Amino acid sequence: MSVPKRNVRLGIALIAVVLSALPFAVGLGMGNAWVRVLDFALLYIMLALGLNIVVGFAGLLDLGYIAFYAIGAYLYALLASPHFGLHWPAWAVLPLGALVAGLFGILLGAPTLRLRGDYLAIVTLGFGEIIRIFLNNLNSPVNITNGPQGIARIDPIRVFGVPLSKPLEIFGVHLPGVYLYYYLFVLLALGIIFVTVRLEDSRIGRAWVAIREDEIAAKACGINTRNVKLLAFAMGASFGGVAGGLFAGFQEFVSPESFSLMESVMVLCMVVLGGMGHVPGVVLGGLLLAVLPEALRHGAGPVQQMLFGRVLLDPESLRILLFGLALILVMQYRPAGLWPSATRRREFSKPGP
Amino acid sequence: MDTFLQQIINGLTLGSIYALVALGYTMVYGILGLINFAHGEVVMIGALTALAVIKPLAGAGLPGPLALLAGAAVAILVCMALGFAIERVAYRPLRHAPRLAPLITAIGVSMVLQQLAMIIWGRNYHSFPALLPATPRELGGAQITDLQIMIVVVAILMMAGLALLVNRTRLGRAMRATAENPEIAGLMGVDANHIIALTFVIGSALAAVAGVMVSANYGIAHYNMGFILGLKAFTAAVLGGIGNLAGAMFGGILLGLIEALGAGYIGDLTGGFLGSDYQDVFAFFVLIVVLIFRPSGLMGEKVSERA
Repeated sequence: MSVPKRNVRLGIALIAVVLSALPFAVGLGMGNAWVRVLDFALLYIMLALGLNIVVGFAGLLDLGYIAFYAIGAYLYALLASPHFGLHWPAWAVLPLGALVAGLFGILLGAPTLRLRGDYLAIVTLGFGEIIRIFLNNLNSPVNITNGPQGIARIDPIRVFGVPLSKPLEIFGVHLPGVYLYYYLFVLLALGIIFVTVRLEDSRIGRAWVAIREDEIAAKACGINTRNVKLLAFAMGASFGGVAGGLFAGFQEFVSPESFSLMESVMVLCMVVLGGMGHVPGVVLGGLLLAVLPEALRHGAGPVQQMLFGRVLLDPESLRILLFGLALILVMQYRPAGLWPSATRRREFSKPGP
Repeated sequence: MDTFLQQIINGLTLGSIYALVALGYTMVYGILGLINFAHGEVVMIGALTALAVIKPLAGAGLPGPLALLAGAAVAILVCMALGFAIERVAYRPLRHAPRLAPLITAIGVSMVLQQLAMIIWGRNYHSFPALLPATPRELGGAQITDLQIMIVVVAILMMAGLALLVNRTRLGRAMRATAENPEIAGLMGVDANHIIALTFVIGSALAAVAGVMVSANYGIAHYNMGFILGLKAFTAAVLGGIGNLAGAMFGGILLGLIEALGAGYIGDLTGGFLGSDYQDVFAFFVLIVVLIFRPSGLMGEKVSERA
């Protein structure tokens, strides 16, 4: 199916307009807190795309993915905050974060690649927990991570010397910090989407999919499975590292509790719910799972007030409850995800064995 | 006081509990190939249910051991029903779905159970009354409480009972056949659905007992206690070789010992650099090392990669 070139250009222009107008629409309509939610959604999309390389493309179940996010975030926090008195520029720290996280990805991947799927899952899970416990406890005898209190007063990200944390007037238009971060994150997320889409159809991407479908056959076709799997781990991890650095700069505070197992699970759910291995599906999954829980958090209280006259259930707990139910229901009715790729949909629509 | 012996005793107690929970994981995995993430929450529900029964009974003046027994009995029944319901509602429709679907469902079930427990029992930590005499006995320079003796003895009895059930009865043979190959077992007249449901029910009963034990041991019960415990128990099951009953028992005891000894000695080993906060790191680290050198666990059979 070929789409005329004019339509493609029109589509791109339309998307650009929507994406640049979105913070204004959301901010004016619902308040700046929601633009902040959008910023987080974009970070989650980047994370989900990174994990999608490992789980969706290469089929390696990673339950400790958040560790790479943590590594990126703490690297930024240590190199650009008063904690050590270092103030490296973000544009040096972010690539370094990608590199270090990628190295950790290889470090984790190298010894574990021989493991079968479920064992790999538990080892990665253990790795994630180990990183978190170290972050929690490396405050004595030498204070490296400042323990459970976390690291505060982290430098905001600066673009051309302008800190994104402060509001900016351009041509009479007032842009709060959350808007500025939104534009930065949109650009980076688009970059990551572009890279993953291009990767998917590349030689490497096809090698990943071949390994996912049948590792032995892939090997027989001359794919160096070990290196290709390591590459998947490293690439996925480096995306996580970048997202982590952005998170630290955006939040200006990091603490170990942002990197719990639940977060790894959340990112995995984004990938699986959206449609494993399918980039638009994963983006949708990230967006939905980042925004819907927030909507529930804000909406649950007033709705109960309206229906029962008082708040019966704590909104926070109701949010997780409904979220769990949603996971169960989607898996019952759409086990391939909400928006699977065409091939996978065909595979799943066939009657089971 | 002899640290080594004391840590062995603590490790055996903890390990017995891990072993009971690990059995639930390994039985389900052996038959369905599914990591039942919600199993830890079943343990938690067992603990809180038992507590809800025990508190009024003990308050009414019933002797401690009797109250404990009653609490455990109710917890077992509730958890059996819960295990049955989880299998029926969440997992059965996904029997032929792609591998990750049941895993995500399990995570969903775990979240739902945790929040339901929070709604019923609240966010607070509930203290578990001391029902057995608390005076410890001297044993070669270390101390052992009646509760610890009871935990180890009950765990051993339950594991022996399970081993008998699986290896010596008709039902056990059907379970082993289903684990081997559900379709062929079906051709031989085994009702696979029935066996799978029973597996969940038996695993949940063990989980309920483990829940009572763990909250009695630490004197506390909480809606959030299941997840980490489940994680540890699953680690134990993998350590021993998942799908293998003897492996789960062995892995549970081993993990308990590793944790207790690790917590006791890690400070000395690293010259005070790492404290007992790193107990969990120790457990996971050992797991990773074991899996690298014996990818199918310590007692697992060599299994070829499944597509």
